[in-house]
Amino acid sequence: MTATVFANARILDPSRGLDEVGTVIVRGREILAAGASARNQGAPDGAEVVDCAGKAILPGLVDSRVFVGEPGAEHRETIASASAAAAAGGVTSIVMMPDTDPVIDDVALVEFVLRTARDTADVSVFPAAAITRGLAGQELSEFGLLRASGAVAFTEGRRTLASALVMRRALTYARDFDALVAHETKDADLGAGGVMNEGLYASWLGLSGVPREAEIIPLERDLRLARLTRGRYHAAKISTAMSAEAVARAKADGAKVSAGIAIANLSLNELDVGQYRTFFRLSPPLRAEEDRQAMIAALRDGTVDVISSSHDPQDVDTKRLPFAEAASGAIGLETLLGAALRLHHNGDVPLLRLVDALSTAPAKLFGLPGGTLAPGAPADLIVVDLDEPWIVREDAIRSRSKNTCFEGARMQGKVLQTLVAGRTVFSA
Amino acid sequence: MSSAPAFPLFRHRHLLGIQGLSPEDINLLLDRADAAVEVSRQREKKLSTLRGRTHINLFYEASTRTQSSFELAGKRLGADVMNMSVASSSVKKGETLIDTAMTLNAMNPDILVIRHSAAGAAALLAQKVGCSVVNAGDGAHEHPTQALLDALTIRRKLGDIGALTVAICGDVLHSRVARSNILILNALGARVRVVGPSTLMPSGIAQMGVEPFTSMTEGLKGADVVMMLRLQRERMAGSFVPSVREYFRFFGLDAEKLRHAKPGALVMHPGPMNRGVEISSEIADGPQSVIQEQVEMGVAVRMAVMEALLDPRRNEAGE
Repeated sequence: MTATVFANARILDPSRGLDEVGTVIVRGREILAAGASARNQGAPDGAEVVDCAGKAILPGLVDSRVFVGEPGAEHRETIASASAAAAAGGVTSIVMMPDTDPVIDDVALVEFVLRTARDTADVSVFPAAAITRGLAGQELSEFGLLRASGAVAFTEGRRTLASALVMRRALTYARDFDALVAHETKDADLGAGGVMNEGLYASWLGLSGVPREAEIIPLERDLRLARLTRGRYHAAKISTAMSAEAVARAKADGAKVSAGIAIANLSLNELDVGQYRTFFRLSPPLRAEEDRQAMIAALRDGTVDVISSSHDPQDVDTKRLPFAEAASGAIGLETLLGAALRLHHNGDVPLLRLVDALSTAPAKLFGLPGGTLAPGAPADLIVVDLDEPWIVREDAIRSRSKNTCFEGARMQGKVLQTLVAGRTVFSA
Repeated sequence: MSSAPAFPLFRHRHLLGIQGLSPEDINLLLDRADAAVEVSRQREKKLSTLRGRTHINLFYEASTRTQSSFELAGKRLGADVMNMSVASSSVKKGETLIDTAMTLNAMNPDILVIRHSAAGAAALLAQKVGCSVVNAGDGAHEHPTQALLDALTIRRKLGDIGALTVAICGDVLHSRVARSNILILNALGARVRVVGPSTLMPSGIAQMGVEPFTSMTEGLKGADVVMMLRLQRERMAGSFVPSVREYFRFFGLDAEKLRHAKPGALVMHPGPMNRGVEISSEIADGPQSVIQEQVEMGVAVRMAVMEALLDPRRNEAGE
């Protein structure tokens, strides 16, 4: 069995609260030891020793919200291309959204994703299944069978369940299978036709706005239903201070709720839309700077549990259009870590909390292996130079779609090596 | 007029909006338009300023008034004018704006005039073509030639715009005319008010350089100019306002409401009018109405804009 010793690295393992210089020993598919104490542990026979002085080792990132075009829109992204992008971005596990064509609402589709991932992907791919058949918002999909076949969560993807009754049933039924319901909330009427944050800036651009209330009203409904049903509910993508407050209240009441945020809502604000730049058309929209600051605070204090890339590949056919006609979404797997590390370099969020939100917390929430460097865990880890500067270049993007919000952006912190189950799947 | 370099050079390649124009830019266009008015009033109306130049109108929204105004302006300047009738073109077959733009661009036009229902469409087109682009209205964003012709009408009637109070009334939310006028009137130093039901006001209106009012009586008090906006009948379905009769009662311009404005205040409307919805016939056809003059000024302003954008000195300067 092959073994590697990563020596003299700064080890960041939120699962054990570790931030110390030490050694990580990988044997086969597993982590044998990681930490300062592992320095004194003898290396396995024939182990390769890599000096990681000045570098950091983190558990591989776990991205809980990734849209892939396979099946149905392979020209935008395949499972293989998403996997290559993930590996380069230090993401070792992805939770794949069910809004594909056909929709992942059936055991056969879950099996298709897992099979395709096994054959073509280097990172771990975990499908999330649709809450309702065909994402139509009416009949529940087969939670029990889907879960048994490997679906890790239930979500309507980009859509919001309009019916409070269906949400109540979904949360109640999911509880029996200890399944997580992840939901992005946007009121279909209040946010109808809205394409960016409602406010002065949208008014000048002549674009219709999405008010913050379009997110909060269905979220408040869901949080009440989570209290009522005791089901596990994840507010997948929140963007406003009021949403964070609502989640914090529900948590304080003992409801089994959590919250996620897309990295864009932590990195950018509505002014980045500039003169109708469609790559910055996102859902929820980029909000005002006050919202971004409030979300950073919510991430810091743990109200927001996880950060996702919300990777959403779109092609020229859906993006090279007038702003209001363009699709929303941006890719993000390859820039997730770099953009998140800005919050560390700025002193906004402690490094260990960041790594927790990017890896440990989502792994725990979605019940995935990984997210930890504890002995016995799968060797999903990344070697990172936390300070190395680099610039995002379109021609270096591995994703099949190029709709990044960070074209030309300066990043500080680069992934040097990515290991999935002990195998190197990316090295810079 | 014509190519006599009596006017300073216009610094912009496109006219996508009033946003970004300085008061000097605006006055330059208005001065040029004053000269163009004279040309349009002559018996012989044709100039050769743009002889040999190609002007394409690309209208994705039906518009009789603006399209014919641009067409006439181009013809009076001697340009070859082509109207792309979108209803019967490949656009109906699903071709995107960009693809249409690239196709037209390959025909080497000198100026493209675009109207589109989406905000930002003119800016998008300008990024992709090699010629000057004029925005003839993009969604609820801007309609700069309308604001210029309104300013020209006001300036010719009342003189210095900086000394005036202008009330813009009606559906500000959906109106590109309102946005462009708010910008131009502020740039020229006027006091600008907006009057209308709060459901038809954009978010953040109070920070857009205007004083908002919800009562016509209050909003019109002492105004030098009353600018009415068109109310689309679809707005009833969208629950913006309950009914035409209620709208007319509170926000339609009639003699009683106009009484609160300054005596002799100008009444303007960008057209096409909904008589009995936002304006009564009595006022629209009355002595204070300058609606017909606005149409005349429209041709002159569009001549001025095209001349300024295609100024031959630009080529000499290697631009």
